[in-house]
Parts: sequence; structure tokens; C-alpha cells
Amino acid sequence: MYMYNLLIGGAAGQGIETTAAVLEKLLKKSGYHVFTVRDFMSRVRGGHNFTLIRFGSEIIQSHSYKLDGIIALNDETVELHKDQIHDNGFILCDSKLATIDPKAIKIDMDAMAQALGNPRVSGSIATGAVLRLFGESADYFEDVLKSFVKESVLDINVKAMTKGYNAVRAHFPKLESDAGDTMILSGFKAMSLGAIAAGLKFYSAYPMSPSTSIMEFLAEKSEEAGIVVEQAEDEIAAVNMAIGASFAGARAMTGTSGGGFSLMVEALGLSGMAEIPLVIADVQRPGPVTGLPTRTEQSDLAFVASASQGEFPRMVIALRHHEDAFYQTIRAFDLAEKYQIPVILLSDQYLADTSATVRPFDLSLITVAQPAATYEGEGEYLRYRYTEDGISQRLIPGKSSNFVTADSDEHDEFGRITEAADVRIRMMDKRMKKLKKLGAELQEPEFLGPQKYDTLLVGWGSTYGPIAEAVKALNEYTPDKFAALVFGDVFPLPTALLLEKSVSAGTIINIEQNATGQLAGLIREYTGIVCTSSILKYDGRQISGEEITDRLVKGV
Amino acid sequence: MSMGTTSFSTYEPAWCPGCGNFSILECLKTALEQLGKDPYEVLIVAGIGQAAKTPQYISANYFCGLHGRSLPAAVAAKIANEKLTVIVNTGEGDSYGEGGNHFIHNIRRNVDITHFVHDNQIYGLTKGQASPTSIEGLVTPVQVTGNINTPFNPPLMAIAAGAGFVARGFSGSKEHLISIMKQAIEYNGYALVDILQPCVSFNKVNTFAYYSKRVYELDSTYDPTQKLAAFEKALEFGDRIPIGVIYREPKPTYHEKNTILKSGGPLLDRQTDPGIVEKICNEMK
Repeated sequence: MYMYNLLIGGAAGQGIETTAAVLEKLLKKSGYHVFTVRDFMSRVRGGHNFTLIRFGSEIIQSHSYKLDGIIALNDETVELHKDQIHDNGFILCDSKLATIDPKAIKIDMDAMAQALGNPRVSGSIATGAVLRLFGESADYFEDVLKSFVKESVLDINVKAMTKGYNAVRAHFPKLESDAGDTMILSGFKAMSLGAIAAGLKFYSAYPMSPSTSIMEFLAEKSEEAGIVVEQAEDEIAAVNMAIGASFAGARAMTGTSGGGFSLMVEALGLSGMAEIPLVIADVQRPGPVTGLPTRTEQSDLAFVASASQGEFPRMVIALRHHEDAFYQTIRAFDLAEKYQIPVILLSDQYLADTSATVRPFDLSLITVAQPAATYEGEGEYLRYRYTEDGISQRLIPGKSSNFVTADSDEHDEFGRITEAADVRIRMMDKRMKKLKKLGAELQEPEFLGPQKYDTLLVGWGSTYGPIAEAVKALNEYTPDKFAALVFGDVFPLPTALLLEKSVSAGTIINIEQNATGQLAGLIREYTGIVCTSSILKYDGRQISGEEITDRLVKGV
Repeated sequence: MSMGTTSFSTYEPAWCPGCGNFSILECLKTALEQLGKDPYEVLIVAGIGQAAKTPQYISANYFCGLHGRSLPAAVAAKIANEKLTVIVNTGEGDSYGEGGNHFIHNIRRNVDITHFVHDNQIYGLTKGQASPTSIEGLVTPVQVTGNINTPFNPPLMAIAAGAGFVARGFSGSKEHLISIMKQAIEYNGYALVDILQPCVSFNKVNTFAYYSKRVYELDSTYDPTQKLAAFEKALEFGDRIPIGVIYREPKPTYHEKNTILKSGGPLLDRQTDPGIVEKICNEMK
């Protein structure tokens, strides 16, 4: 593999985030594919946080713990990660660190920063030094820095970076790479951008890791994009606001993590019952309850697929990677409007906080359904009129001389409360009928690997990247043995491709970031197919491609 | 501009004969008609409960959502379309019990909506348990030895939280109630009217006669712009109960304070500029 892997580690508050953000942009400018994973604790100061930046000439889909270099901001980082570094690797650190590790390359960053007159530029010194260690040029320092620092400190930061660059010699040769035209963004930015592209007008949420970044990014862009971002008093208010705004004609969304979603559950049913389009992002973290607030898991699938009392159609889309996060968020708005249902975007901390280089988004692909502007049917307008496909025309209140209604009670075609048995049956059937049309536009899972295989891996959501990397590595090791299906649409579960591909599989292994194999459960329920064995991880850390490979080579 | 109908009347309600809700409904319809509101531009929002059935009996757009959650839905509808006249009609359990948190925080937001609380000091739909405003000692199927909790004082709370329009009405004083309702609807900002009403089926203490004996209308000698005097007036709830506008002050609304909403017309009519997505994408290059 033509790639390098760098870890930046230290305590919360030591500037890891900023250093990583500047560095990944510089590496992107140098023509690399970049993949940055953030591992941080639920605290503002102290503890041990680290960021992994992998970059190279090929598309990167997973993190790795095999390190070429470390920027250690404290001794703890050296202790915790020195065994992950290969023999020829380096540990870049300040002279004041106690470590006597032979791989350590010490420079007196603090003294250099003091000499420049600002102790806060030591991060730029480290960035300059590490670029030299990887054989990089100093070409883009100013160009990149100016989008991160204020103009008043731009010059001193460029000087600091150059000083760091000149303080060391190249340790590795520069990799030849031309990734072409790319953009670098995190999963939460891809989702937010998808929402903006879909015409989002109203976003309401209550802060909860790891979903808060969506609210903050949308707030940052709210003025130019014309979006009202409202911080609600709780998640119940957040979701009811989104429903109210959507009912009144503004494209609306809310976002949260599992705990907040738990509070939103009754309103999910309201969206289903009153047939009001709603998009909810559940950025998963390990539960139950508070769990591990800043870490990752895929344990909300069974929950969101069945949440809320009663029966109503819904859609759950798991986001697999950054491009998926953009395009599927747009699709979520389209499906929510078209079928007048709640659509849940299931992501997780890993994808939300990981940034990657992607091809520029194709904005010509964006289409989102709109509510009806006027009523053009026969007779009186009835908000919940019985139709062939179960979809009734949705008008916006105040936009025509027709009354628009919504009820959480069972209701008739106009929208008035009823307890009549025949109306109840027809209205339930009308709502559930929408699933038939929805079922026809479900997206089958993505198939990875050779056409000839013996073991079929199944996964969903953000394990896409690690599984893709593992399938590639495994087939180099044992050709024509491993293939995979990775689901994006998870509920309703598309089953056609799975039924087809499972025929030639001797073994089916589900790979999931949860303890009970929730996808395997859904598969069993909807197809009768029983997975032979599973790889389940629920320590709050994302499985890597290497980890999957190792476990499959050694036998599960 | 009216798009056809000007009447807010519809079909027969499912309330108990003699219920205070009938008068409140009648007053609401009259208030809307007297204000010349176009029924197609009116949105009545409610949660769940007896009072929350009100929207069903009015010829207007309506949203009957979740118990306790009428305010978040109502303010968001107003945020989406400022041209709608948004009125919440729901009970005190919905407004102050299940929805207590939303009550506090929507006062702070000050979105231009009107909140009519049908306050009968009892739970009607669930058949007679204590409500947040039930008097101490009230015996119910749950509070079997009498309610031991201090009754919630809605006007006092609303003034304290910063509401710009706080009033109390009585379903038995119809002309007075219509006048308060009209002022509340016309007030620019969040307006609360706590409306006392008898529950003929379940509240045998706070009856029509009970309220009739106690309520008195605030007259021109009372100045509702004085906050400290308003607190005192709000505390008056015993042998004598004042009805009328208790507190009133002009305050900037959510729409006036919000940088996106303060100009540019109704939010739902605005088109997202496709160039924005391209611009943000370029920032990520």
C-alpha cells in the first residue's frame, strides 16, 4: 500500500484538532487521498486523545493502527502508542518530553515558539516538521494556513511552520500521488451539506454528542443558506418543532444520538400517523443510556426500526461513507416528502467525525419532491383521501382555499377524529400501502469482491470502509474466497441481492459494531437466512480493515 | 384577503353538556370573525385532552399533535410561515403539566402566537385526576386523601419568565373573554390567556357558581404595564379572582430578533440558492 499513517496524540485542549485539520488540508493539497479518524474522550481538558491521519495515492476507506509516525504532545502518547509504530517509524516531540525512545526526534518547539514571540504557534512548528519528515514540500503553508488563522497571526504561523520544516530532515521519501480534484470533509459536514442541498429551511435540535456538529455546522452556514437553526429546550421539543415546521411547509430536520432519539419516539409516530414528512439523524454512540458519549457503535438499528407504539411506514437509511452521507441525506428528504413518512438517517460517531477526501459532489443529481402547490383533484380537498398507492396530496396550510389538518388520533379522510371501525381499517391500510411503492425503490446493498467466493461478509453503515479494505486484502491473501454485501437501506430491508448472493456462500458472517448482531436479526426475520458466525465489536472503537482481516485469517 | 368562507363554524362537539369549552369555542369563533381573519390563514394547534378537541370544531387549518407538545409545533409552524395566525387551544394539563418545559421556553422565544389555556383545574379526558392547577385538598380517584401539591399559578409564572402579554379569562364572562382573546391575538408576540372554566363532570369544587362568585373584571384603574403590581394581581386567587389583562409590555418577537427571519418574507417561500452548496464545496477543496 502506498500510504503513510500518522498519529497525533496528547491531552484534550493541547490543540490536536487544529493541528490535524491544518495537516489534512496540506496533505490534500499535495495530491493525496486523506482519511482522518478522531478518537477523543468525553472531557474538555486532560485525558488522552488522538487523531490518525492516513494519506496516500489510493482511496483510503479505513483507519489503521500500524503507524509510520507519531506527533506526541505528551509522554503518555509515547507510552500508549510506541508499540504500534513500525521499526523505521518516528516519534516527533518537544525536547521537554522525558522519553528516551530511540525513534524519538526531539525539537525544542517551545523555545522556537517563544523566540518567534507566541507560545501558541508550537502546533505549526510540529506541522512543518512532520511534513518534512514525510518528504513533503513547503509549498502550501500560507495558502492553507490563511483559512485557519486570523490575518494578524498568519505571518507568525507561516514562519513557525517553516522553522519546524527546517529543523528536521526527511525521514521517508515523498509518495507520488495525484488524487485529482477532491474535497475533504467529515461525515457530519457531508450530511449537513446534503440537507442544505435538499432545501433545508428549519433545523431544531438539542445538543448531544456526537450529533451536535451538524447543528453547529448548519448554524455557521445559516445566514448564507437561509436556514433557521433552533436550539430546542429538549429533544421532544426539537422533533415536534421539526414536525410543526414541516407541516407548515418548511423543509425540516432534527438530529440527535440514541438518548435523544429515545425522547423523540412518540413524535416519530406522529409523523407516521399524521403523514408529515420528517428527517431525523441518529448519530449513534454506545448505549445504553449515557454509554460512551464520544465513541462509536451501531446498536440503534433494531430500536429505530421499531421505535414508537403502533404500526406505520418508516424508512431507515444507514450511512456508509462520506459520499453516501451527502447523497442519502438528500434522498431522505425526497422519500420523506414523497411518502409523507419519517425517514431516519442512521450514522455514528466514526463516520460523523472522520474526514476523508472525496470526488466533488455532482450537484446535478439533486432532486427532491415538493408538496402540492394547489389542489387539482375531483370534489372537495381531503388531506387524507384514500388513493391507489396510499399517498394523499399534501397541501400547505394558508397556501390555498383548502383546509389542511393533522391528527395524532385516528381520523377520517378530512382529518377529523373518528372511532369508526371501517374508517380505522381503511386508514391503516392506506398508510401501510405506501410501503409497496417504497419497497420498489429500495436500494440493494453494495456488493464488494470477486464474483466467485465462498465466504460472504455482511455489514451495514460505517463498517463499509473497513469491510471494503478487508475484502481487498483478503483476496490478495486467498483469492476468490471473500466477498461482502454492505447495506445502506436497512429498513425496510432490501432482500433480493442477499437472497441471490447467499446461494453460493458456504459461510455468511455478519460484521457489526454491536453485541447482539442486529442486522443478522433483521436478515433472519425477513429472509430466514441465518448467519453462520459473526464479528461483533462493542468497545466503542471502530473495527479497522486490518482487524477484520486478522480475525478472518485466524478464523473467527 | 378571504379565499371563500368567513365563518369558523363546523359540526357538533363531543363535550359534556354544560362544559365551559362550549363558551370558549364560541368566543374564539366570534373573536376571529370580529377580527376579520381569513379561516384559510388561521392554524389552530392543540395537544391531547378535552380542550384539545377545540380545533376539530372550528373551520380552519388545524394540527392536533401530541399531549403536551402543542407549543413546539405551533411556534415552528409560525417560524415556517409568518403569514399564518397561529393559535394554541389546549388544556392546563397539556400546557403546564406534560408541556411545562415548553411553556417556560416558548415564553423566552416570544414567537408571535396566542396560547389559550382552558383551565378547569382538573383532568377531564382521563376522568378526574388532579391537574397542575388543582386546589390543595381536592379529592380525586388518585389524590384519594386530597391533593397535597401547591397549585401552579400560570399568570405569575408567565410574567416571571418574561411573557409580554398575560391575561386571565372566565368562560362565563363571554363578552369580556372575546375582548381579551382579540387583544391576545392582535398582540405582537407570545400571548397567554389562562381561561377559567368549570368541568361539570369531574370538578365539583371549582364550579360555574364558584367562579361566578369570585371573578371580577379589571377596570381602567388597573395599569397592566406595571410589572410589580402585575405580580401582585397574579397572586390574587382566592375569594376574589381578577380577570382581564394582568400584564402587558411590547417586546421584540422571535421573528424580529432572528437574523434570518427579520427580513426576506415567509421562510417556506424562500428558495435555496444552488450556488450556496457549490460555494461551501469549494471551501472544502
